[in-house]
Amino acid sequence: MDDMYRDYILDHYKNPRNFGELDGATHTYHDTNPLCGDEITMFLLVDDHDTVKDVRFTGRGCAISQASASILTEEVKGKSLEELRTIDREHVLQNLGITVSPARVKCALLSLKALKGSAWGLTEWPGEQSTGTGTA
Amino acid sequence: MTSMLPRTEVATLDVRTIRADFPVLSRKTASGKTVVYLDNAATSQKPRQVLDAMRTVYEEHNANIHRGVYEFSERTTAAFEGARERVARFINAPEPREVIFVRNATEGVNLVAYAWGRDNIKSGDRIVTSVLEHHSNFVPWQQLAAETGATIAVVGIDEDGRLDRDQLRAELRKGAKLLALTHTSNGLGTINPVREIVAEAKASGATVLVDAAQSVPHLPVDVADIGCDFLVFSGHKMLAPPGSGVVWGRASLLLKMRPFLYGGDMISRVAIDTTTWNELPWKFEAGTSAYVDAIGLGAAVDYLQGVGLEAIHRHELALTGYLLPKLLATDGVVVYGPKDLADRVGVVSFNIEGIHPHDVATIFDSEGVCVRAGHHCNQPLMNRLGTAATTRASFYLYNTFEECDALIAAIGTAKRVFKI
Repeated sequence: MDDMYRDYILDHYKNPRNFGELDGATHTYHDTNPLCGDEITMFLLVDDHDTVKDVRFTGRGCAISQASASILTEEVKGKSLEELRTIDREHVLQNLGITVSPARVKCALLSLKALKGSAWGLTEWPGEQSTGTGTA
Repeated sequence: MTSMLPRTEVATLDVRTIRADFPVLSRKTASGKTVVYLDNAATSQKPRQVLDAMRTVYEEHNANIHRGVYEFSERTTAAFEGARERVARFINAPEPREVIFVRNATEGVNLVAYAWGRDNIKSGDRIVTSVLEHHSNFVPWQQLAAETGATIAVVGIDEDGRLDRDQLRAELRKGAKLLALTHTSNGLGTINPVREIVAEAKASGATVLVDAAQSVPHLPVDVADIGCDFLVFSGHKMLAPPGSGVVWGRASLLLKMRPFLYGGDMISRVAIDTTTWNELPWKFEAGTSAYVDAIGLGAAVDYLQGVGLEAIHRHELALTGYLLPKLLATDGVVVYGPKDLADRVGVVSFNIEGIHPHDVATIFDSEGVCVRAGHHCNQPLMNRLGTAATTRASFYLYNTFEECDALIAAIGTAKRVFKI
């Protein structure tokens, strides 16, 4: 538990980076985790060369989902859409730097799902299966 | 319901003896903590007596029911029908044939929505329900309304989570074909005074279904006294295995209803062009029933009656009366639902400000404390409360005051971890 709620995770939760709506966003995607009601909306501003010029997110939910989104937004600015599409779950979980318990993997990956949705305009994307429990 | 509350911390049940019947309660988590199981509104643990009853079937006389003309089949059939008779007595059903075994309360509501609803709810009819409903007693009616052109009215609650009786009366006055109402709220612990409400609803001409999934395990429930037309509950929340559930319905209604599922066992005679249905209750029990689970439910009923439902209710209220003031006195804790013990069961919903319920439950888990975090299949209620989710502790007959202390201590841990 102490492994999951490290100081930097709590810092990203309490002071999320790139938080807020993005005026003029070219790509927007909203996703939810029905298990706990977590919500993330990802906003991308992509230029004519398919490069992410700016990124913001809004959302509400647990520390893991919100910190994961905050950390993810920090690395996508300046990347191409093609690079965004190669970011996978292992990468996100590794970048999070904590061991996420099985029941919470969905929380950690919600931001990736929103990012992929915005980058690809899809609800599901190749090579990414939803995991974890999803019952109400 | 009783509001004569035990104020002391003296256990009202012989909990030590009861706990010895539940092997799982002495297990430790991977981190070496003794499990503190406070998620009984989701499902209950099972005593040896229930497990033994089921093992006896498998090890001594298992055979399919209602089929074989041999001893094992007859013994299993007798055990299955004996479970039905026990359940009927338990809820004071006028006749055992009014007790239909289904998988769970959800299937029970769907059975009624299909087999009664599709022949009785017409375009323009009104279905009245409440914001306290579990999705299982809401979505089937919402979908039925969409299919038939009926409308749904959802009765609200006051700030303490009690049903708005004036609004309910107003909705009934407008005319309602059906009132589908929960007996006790799985999200807040509120007990609805169903006896009074059913009388009002029946006087207005409505048929009434009561969702008793959260009440039958914890309170004396008497269908004749309540006066409803249908009542559903799940076995797994009352010491029995998942796969055992009950629809009780008035024989006069059940006899007129179409079957729910078609197939084996539910028929009387099958010809190429026509089929006649079996008698009650088997008309509604197509295919091989989960008969061992139903026999387990019969054993669970025996166990609960041995302890006594009044005593169980008093015990859970004593635990609630112990926990609630401690929660209310904890900085940053918001409690949802009734703050006093009148008309309440042992379900306590709360949030810790600044910590999402999911994080709360994860930290509690590290202390061995099992609680539910989420919307509890109660999204309309969560919207009404203005929160996406809550943390919920729910008691049963085996819980202790020490376990309440463990929960309070775990709140302290959560606040320390989150530096609150």
